[in-house]
Amino acid sequence: MNDQQGAAATGSNAMIRKLVFSSLGLALLISSGISFHRSRHRAEAVVLSEGVTEVRRLSDYHDCVAGSVNDCNVYIIDSGKPGATMFIMGGSHPEEPAGRLAAWLLAENAVMEEGRLILVLSANRSASTVTRVGGAYPPDFTIPTSWGGQLFRLGDRWSNPLDQWPDPEVYIHYPSRQNLAYVDIRNLNRTWPGRANGTLTERTCYAFMELIRQEKVDIFIDLHEAELQYPVINTIVMHERGEELATFTSMMLSDMEFNIGTENSPKNLHGLSHREVGDNSDAISLLFEAPEPFLDATRGRTTREQLLTGIDEFVVKAGEHGLLFERIDENGWPIDVRVGRHTSTILMTMEMWTELNPDRPLACRSVPRYADVIRNGTGHYLRDPAGADPGRVVYE
Amino acid sequence: MGILMTIITVIYYLLIAAVCLILITNLIRERKWEKEILYIVVLMPFLLRLLRLK
Repeated sequence: MNDQQGAAATGSNAMIRKLVFSSLGLALLISSGISFHRSRHRAEAVVLSEGVTEVRRLSDYHDCVAGSVNDCNVYIIDSGKPGATMFIMGGSHPEEPAGRLAAWLLAENAVMEEGRLILVLSANRSASTVTRVGGAYPPDFTIPTSWGGQLFRLGDRWSNPLDQWPDPEVYIHYPSRQNLAYVDIRNLNRTWPGRANGTLTERTCYAFMELIRQEKVDIFIDLHEAELQYPVINTIVMHERGEELATFTSMMLSDMEFNIGTENSPKNLHGLSHREVGDNSDAISLLFEAPEPFLDATRGRTTREQLLTGIDEFVVKAGEHGLLFERIDENGWPIDVRVGRHTSTILMTMEMWTELNPDRPLACRSVPRYADVIRNGTGHYLRDPAGADPGRVVYE
Repeated sequence: MGILMTIITVIYYLLIAAVCLILITNLIRERKWEKEILYIVVLMPFLLRLLRLK
């Protein structure tokens, strides 16, 4: 073989090698791309409770979200009898799934006997279509049920960068002009009360404010979870107009079901729902926090199992060193405990509201309380879309 | 604000496309197999963003 033939053979080998490497890369790109695409477009079935009287869209209240990923479903459960209106929001931070699941149980089970209940399960739909970049988060999780199990998107704290980009160097909150972390311009619980011509996340908050004003909401509840290293945990954060209601709810729950505290909404911390909804509407605004070890910085592997069991030896170790604001042991904080805390706190808030406002009552049935959810599991209260009337199934 | 964000987003995607082209060109010219693998690995997140998958 002369030099020319040798060089040609080497070049041919290099080209074959490049093609092999590129094919392997392409296979990786396609498989991961399919996974990301599925996660972003997964449809989650909601079997409507017999109490749901109407399903509207957020854009029905303001067209600033029309056609966007955040034009979410709004479920209305109207008793047809006079009373107050309560609005419960799940999915403000989708990676805090107990809030979303508690709202889901209400949409699939609740029947109002007095007053009206408005529900949103995916307040920031965009955030529910992505997981934390670089966090190795699972894209979804399954709640076991008697009919197999229901798959949910896990989601993230922030709107998907594919839907809202770029982030600024510093996020200046509208209208307070308070400086916040740049990434929080995509955080639904930092952009209240929003504006109609702002970013997608700001527009979403604005449309929710319009919903609250147009529906004359009396009580607004934003469902969340928090890491155990965060001081605001296992508590009701209350706007000053909700002090009496939240305090009665906390006292009754702590006496009858589980310990829960109250926290005042700081007057100078802007962009959060418990502050801005109360300041910019007639509604009392409350925010419920349950513990989620999955979010703790000191956690071990970020797995579906850890998300659902709330068991993590590293977080337990952090607790032994006094680094946590909530207790944790080898039993963790299972999803059923977290969901049950939210459903019971909602029901108790309705009961206390009715005690304080007997002329504008709220009464609800068929929603499981804390002990029920722990005894039967969250999945017991999820309904099989395959066995339901197709006209009563909608998708998130 | 919306128009400004749209312009920046378009420029951002053009930059990503340019980076992808540079990486692919370098991959074709490269002679060392270790660096070829490196180029392919580095290319992945850029392509996923360009295709609006992640």
